[in-house]
Amino acid sequence: MSEPAPQKAPILRIEGACTNIAQYHILQGVDLEVPAGAVTMLLGRNGVGKTTTLRTIMGLWRAHRGRITFDGQEITALPTPAISRAGIGFVPEDMGIFSDLTVEENMTLAAASGPLDSARLDWIFAAFPPLKTFWKKEAGTLSGGQKQMLAIARAMAEERKLYLIDEPTKGLAPAIIATMAGALRDLKAQGASILLVEQNFGVARMLGDTCAVMDDGRTVWTGAMADLADDTSLQERLMGLSMETA
Amino acid sequence: MSAPDHLPTMAQASPWQRLEPHVPLLLIPVLALLGFLLIPSTSSWLTLTVSGLAMGMMIFIMASGMTLVFGLMDVINFGHGAFISVGAFVGVTVLLGLSGLTGAPSLWLNLLAVILAITAAALATGLLGLAFEKVIVQPVYGYHLKQILVTMGGLIIVEQLILVIWGPDEIFLTRPEALKGAVTFAGAAIEKYRLVAVGFGLLLFLVMRWMLRSTRIGLIVRAGVENGEMVEALGYRLRLVFIGVFVAGSALAGLGGVMWGLYQEVITAHMGANLMVMIFIVVIIGGLGSVEGCFIGALLVGLMQNYVAFLEPKLALISNIGLMVAILMWRPQGMMPVVKAK
Ligand SMILES: Nc1ncnc2c1ncn2[C@@H]1O[C@H](COP(=O)(O)OP(=O)(O)OP(=O)(O)O)[C@@H](O)[C@H]1O
Ligand SMILES: [Mg+2]
Repeated sequence: MSEPAPQKAPILRIEGACTNIAQYHILQGVDLEVPAGAVTMLLGRNGVGKTTTLRTIMGLWRAHRGRITFDGQEITALPTPAISRAGIGFVPEDMGIFSDLTVEENMTLAAASGPLDSARLDWIFAAFPPLKTFWKKEAGTLSGGQKQMLAIARAMAEERKLYLIDEPTKGLAPAIIATMAGALRDLKAQGASILLVEQNFGVARMLGDTCAVMDDGRTVWTGAMADLADDTSLQERLMGLSMETA
Repeated sequence: MSAPDHLPTMAQASPWQRLEPHVPLLLIPVLALLGFLLIPSTSSWLTLTVSGLAMGMMIFIMASGMTLVFGLMDVINFGHGAFISVGAFVGVTVLLGLSGLTGAPSLWLNLLAVILAITAAALATGLLGLAFEKVIVQPVYGYHLKQILVTMGGLIIVEQLILVIWGPDEIFLTRPEALKGAVTFAGAAIEKYRLVAVGFGLLLFLVMRWMLRSTRIGLIVRAGVENGEMVEALGYRLRLVFIGVFVAGSALAGLGGVMWGLYQEVITAHMGANLMVMIFIVVIIGGLGSVEGCFIGALLVGLMQNYVAFLEPKLALISNIGLMVAILMWRPQGMMPVVKAK
């Protein structure tokens, strides 16, 4: 299979990013491209640096070496709010819900550049009905799945040029995983650019166009998602699936 | 399939579970009732209660900025008391200069003088707060021990500056004409100024609460107390919000300092530092970062202080420590703990 839209300039490009957390060398050379209008999967075993990569893009950790370019602009050293306002919606691994605030207040804050758009809100409610039901409720009282919905809905609260989504199906029941996957497929169908960390291989295979696999703080393989999905021995070599079952 | 979206039923919630979130607020009438039972005369009780509420309101005004500053940026500002003292000196200087207004037998002219004085004090301490944040607090973000040492140093410097500018002696003042004396209600003499302090404190609390709940900036502050990183990831510059809160908190402390000066009818360079003990107690029992907890805590401390000072003067000092210990044994994070992401 051919890679989708290979001729397009990538919306995000990371070149040789190295990030330290305290005295630890966590990222040791991440190279990654996210094509515009496609879903790029970021895969790898636990603890290889996927979350750190997303946080480095957001400027929540700083790359001390390497270069991150977003939408034609270098963002490596920009402060986090500026990176966000450049057009990136971020769903962190821990969801980052404001639990003292209501669902509505969480969404209001997420639309940083103005009031919530009602058509967009209808679309979000259609994807995640519980958010409508619990609109006035404190977010801290939502279930885990509902919190995850809110986290993704917050990223969708405004037009974004890129979505960074960290393990949206983590710890969820199969029915809710399907809801999540459906919403992300919706987002994709609208032409969104997404960098998605996902451990559920079924979801990854369904959504992913291209794929980057990390190991030990480095990207070790990039290519079409379909190529990886078809090659179990490659999967085993890259992500140690056999090691994990052993 | 979609996720369950039914509304949960409240059937299983016991009365206690429904009552529990309101317990901190209920402690105020409970304490007042306890005072009522222990204090032999109803009129003394009424006087003490109003006095306790007035004191509590003023402590709240002085403490509110400090709890938010801690909640937002994890900054412990031992220098907060400096703003109280400076506010008092600036405000009282203005009041003394406006003797034409304060001496007039008109409530409105008197209030105008007080408003001008607290505005001047709030402006001065707001500016001082801006400088304090930049010079003293900013270099020590993230280092608690350094924060304590450096902000205490800042307090000492500001106190010395007050001594240089206003001289070494305390300044005595009298309240404006219309705020002198007391009104009699149900046989109890209630100082007029205390009623004004209660009304003004309540008004400030309601305004603050409205801002925190109903404005975008308030939402950012509340969200930032819980998870500052995520607020930044949504595109808001938390640092600017923090500076704004620091300045507002300093201005409120200065404003509270004027009110406290009018209450005590004397001001000293050390009054802010002396009040810090009570402010710390209030901030801790309220729950670090919680404005509502701070409000309730301040009223409890004010009432406790007044009741005990009447019943057993020797215990007045330690009664508030006792209150703090009791509350922390019940809720180790304070009455209204703020959820922290990290
Ligand atoms: N705050 C931190 N302090 C120290 N080390 C950290 C910190 N955060 C992450 N690490 C380390 O960095 C490495 C990469 O972590 P990261 O969370 O990026 O991995 P991940 O690929 O997202 O893993 P998972 O699939 O389990 O979410 C891990 O070894 C982790 O222990
Ligand atoms: Mg992770």
